[in-house]
Amino acid sequence: MSFVTVDNVFQSYGTRPILEGVSLEVEEGAFISIVGASGCGKSTFLRLLLAQETPMRGEIRIAGAPPAREPGRDRGVVFQRYSVFPHMSVRDNLVAAEGLSRPLGRLFGAARRAARVRAEETLYRIGLGAVAKAYPAALSGGMQQRLAIAQALAAKPRVLLLDEPFGALDPGTRLSMHDFLAEQRAQTGMTVFMVTHDLAEGFKLADRVVVFDKRHWDPQKPDAYGATITYDFDARDGGIPFQKLSPALRPTDGSHPPAHAAARPERGGEANTHGGA
Amino acid sequence: MRLINRKPGRLLAVALVLLPFLAVILVYSVASDIRRAENPRDKLLPAPGQIVATAHRLFTEPDRRSGRILILDDTIDSIQRLRLGVALAALIALVLGLIIGLIPLVRAGLEPFVGVLSMIPPLALLPILFITLGIGEASKVALIIIGIAPIMTRDLALRVREIPVEMIVKAQTLGASTLAIALSVVLPQILPRLFTAVRLGLGPAWLFLIAAEAVASESGLGYRIFLVRRYLAMDIILVYVAWITVLAVFIDFSLRRISAFLFSWAGEAAR
Repeated sequence: MSFVTVDNVFQSYGTRPILEGVSLEVEEGAFISIVGASGCGKSTFLRLLLAQETPMRGEIRIAGAPPAREPGRDRGVVFQRYSVFPHMSVRDNLVAAEGLSRPLGRLFGAARRAARVRAEETLYRIGLGAVAKAYPAALSGGMQQRLAIAQALAAKPRVLLLDEPFGALDPGTRLSMHDFLAEQRAQTGMTVFMVTHDLAEGFKLADRVVVFDKRHWDPQKPDAYGATITYDFDARDGGIPFQKLSPALRPTDGSHPPAHAAARPERGGEANTHGGA
Repeated sequence: MRLINRKPGRLLAVALVLLPFLAVILVYSVASDIRRAENPRDKLLPAPGQIVATAHRLFTEPDRRSGRILILDDTIDSIQRLRLGVALAALIALVLGLIIGLIPLVRAGLEPFVGVLSMIPPLALLPILFITLGIGEASKVALIIIGIAPIMTRDLALRVREIPVEMIVKAQTLGASTLAIALSVVLPQILPRLFTAVRLGLGPAWLFLIAAEAVASESGLGYRIFLVRRYLAMDIILVYVAWITVLAVFIDFSLRRISAFLFSWAGEAAR
């Protein structure tokens, strides 16, 4: 049984379909990159995973639980912007990851002191120890996103959702954030979905890269059809498995690739993907 | 060099600040001189020197009948009404604005209602307030609240809705309840806006205070102005107007400094 199950999800805004028949099964601990053109429903799909929206049809289950109706502690999220609280110091942003789930949204007394100590330890580990007392506005974009990721992880979610988390960062900072994310993931072993515009980033970090696109396109009515998953690449080994295949084993029927992670080959073996990476 | 790129130096900036004030004083002095050249007993535009003398007398010499310095008593009474009215209006606006902005079910029910309330001309309600609450302090405070709370409420509700939805979603993924989000995420972020709303609301608040005092009162700055109007005592009226302006500027300045100190995280938005 897969960990995250997306079953035939449809979503539309008004009369405009956004997603059509999206199905996906993901193993626990997998890292999935979601790529596609602007307006192809990537972010909508992420909001559905987050349960910020509920699909018109179909359902999304995590760990076999009934479909969530609102965001909760089992799904962490980092957006491109606005992911940290501007009115809290860097340290208090991490403390909030523990405190917000309390009835009044904050910790008191000994619990708060303990949470502050833990927060400062975390901040030193991720290289933000020196700015613990500063407000996020004083931090660079990379530091803010590092804080946002640490804050999301402090709640120990089972699934981490990233919506173009590094989209606003310069290339150098982006590279160091890749290392940071890979490191955090190795430590926690959680399942990650990341929407990105950057194909290279998607393949570098992920186990699988899924592509959202419209199957049908009406030039007179560009909004007539929604998008779905059109490709599902094995991205381990830098997305190379396909090239290692012998020509005889390459699928030639042009059908949509099966989206089962369980059916994935060992490295260098058969690939369940088609098309070039 | 283009005009939009020319910036004043420090000295020029100070001169430019003083210029309009000096211009007004100059125009007034000249107009006063012209009128008094025709009629030395003219009461409409008393000489600047006479105004200063009146101000000195008002602030230092006690009233012959009561033995008290009336302008200070009037100030204390007026500020007390203003403070109570603005504080209650701010509290109402904060609570209502927060829940209207944050909770869709409340918003659906109350937003149009507050919108309609804010369209009622408050001064038209003044007779109703005097009839129902009497002509004591309550009706004056109530007029200030009715006058400024609806607009402050709408302002704060809008500010709540300006908080990026990402931040509210993030709080939910950290397990926050509605109450926790209201208290720990939304409330601290709209407090700077509350200060701004109070500063903007103080102008109308003064208006309603003076109007209420003018119609029915036994003390207060507005009461005194409308009392001495009967004797055409322009010098006293002008001193009171200047004094009210000084108070208003001081209150506004203090609120701005307090806001900037309390909400350093908000940067320019708190200034």
